[in-house]
Amino acid sequence: MDNQLQATPICGRHRALNALMAPFGGWDMPIQYEGIIAEHSWCRTSSSLFDICHMGEFIFQGDFEAGGLEDVFTFSVKTIPLGRSRYGFLLNEQGGIIDDLIVFRLAEDKVMIVVNAATAPKDFAAIKGRLRGGVFTDITAATGKLDLQGPLSRYVMVELLGEEVATIPYFKFITMNILGVEAIVSRTGYTGELGYEIFIPTEKVCELWDLLLTDERVKPAGLGARDVLRLEVGYSLYGSDIDEETTPLEAGLEGFVNFDTSFVGRDALLRLKDQGVTRKKVAFEVAGRRSPRHHYDLCSGGEVVGNVTSGVFSPMLGKGIGIGFIKPELTAIGTPLTISHERVSMEATVCELPFFKDGSVRA
Amino acid sequence: MSMYFTKEHEWVKVEGNLGTVGISDHAAHELGDITFVELPKIGAVVKQFGVLGSIESVKAASDIFAPLSGNVVKVNDALELAPEAVNESAEGAGWMAQIEIANESELKNLMNQEQYNDYLKTL
Repeated sequence: MDNQLQATPICGRHRALNALMAPFGGWDMPIQYEGIIAEHSWCRTSSSLFDICHMGEFIFQGDFEAGGLEDVFTFSVKTIPLGRSRYGFLLNEQGGIIDDLIVFRLAEDKVMIVVNAATAPKDFAAIKGRLRGGVFTDITAATGKLDLQGPLSRYVMVELLGEEVATIPYFKFITMNILGVEAIVSRTGYTGELGYEIFIPTEKVCELWDLLLTDERVKPAGLGARDVLRLEVGYSLYGSDIDEETTPLEAGLEGFVNFDTSFVGRDALLRLKDQGVTRKKVAFEVAGRRSPRHHYDLCSGGEVVGNVTSGVFSPMLGKGIGIGFIKPELTAIGTPLTISHERVSMEATVCELPFFKDGSVRA
Repeated sequence: MSMYFTKEHEWVKVEGNLGTVGISDHAAHELGDITFVELPKIGAVVKQFGVLGSIESVKAASDIFAPLSGNVVKVNDALELAPEAVNESAEGAGWMAQIEIANESELKNLMNQEQYNDYLKTL
């Protein structure tokens, strides 16, 4: 066992369930319990519980403009309505993505910033370096996070936690009392299904985990299923699909960049917009059950024209799917590609996202 | 009928001059949900420990090696549409190919069931 790995409060329960554990973002995390495909199907049809305590949470309190927070992300913080959250990026000077994150507007002068586990320390340093005032704190250790995702999640939440969950719209959240403490329940997730992300003080997170699992419609799911679920709906994974060498323009995520705001990386993105990108995100379906995998080559006319950044066998589509980066002229829907790696070769076709279109996310 | 194993976790069941080949229960369990099996072509000539095919799970892709040299005389086509049979019965219905054994003396390079069980304990 790697002593450097951090463990979430739920770790003992994962082991008791005989989960397969592996390092992820510096944490010892459950990859699967009964099996990735079984857990994936359960989430698409019922309700799955994920331990997401590894993700980072920061609080900023103060004047967003005077404190400098307004210029940190690719979107405006002050225009997020109370009780709503917004997805976007923290960029470097070159426009590369330091992290993708969600900002929750908790109060007139207060937000919570939710970031990826592996990048949390560098995110904190980058944000802090750009602030001119306000109080900025890392509350990761004090904050437990559980995701309940799947079409039946609303019924489970209402029955176990309270009626007020019933009417939370997509990308809105409420603060409510759970197990005697104040918790945040947000209608967001990473699966393409109706679901919730729950933020609760660390000391109560095991009790909440146990409570949610008392409902027979709920089963635990690991990061393996989570990766298949997110890829089927085309969500990017930081570290695989996007990183500091990739800009939101190349990654097809320009919709989460507001050029009317000022932010670090804006000038670089405007220059790149002007010049045009040399590679662009592409989604493709394989003819058959083979899986494209990270680092496999994307080829056209016998030449390597790009690379796969995420790929998997999609249980919903019954074939291999993937995303990668390629010369922009080859991103038209229907373009044939060959995916190649050592002895492996498979034919694929450029398609639109999401791969799986029937999720309950907005139900 | 005897069963022999490789260190790469393939098995071969020998009946007369025919060897039926698959991956072990242990290997199937380690791979997790199997989503694709690449079978050899009938008539292919394979060498002991040479590549016979490949197998993919949600987690990983790996080659399958031939436990013995010979000619491929039969393949388990059912795996093309239902590769999960390997998870359900790796050492039975999840067999992959049948080989006409070229050289039975190569069996000395393989482990019997008992040796394989001991080998698994060392992993």
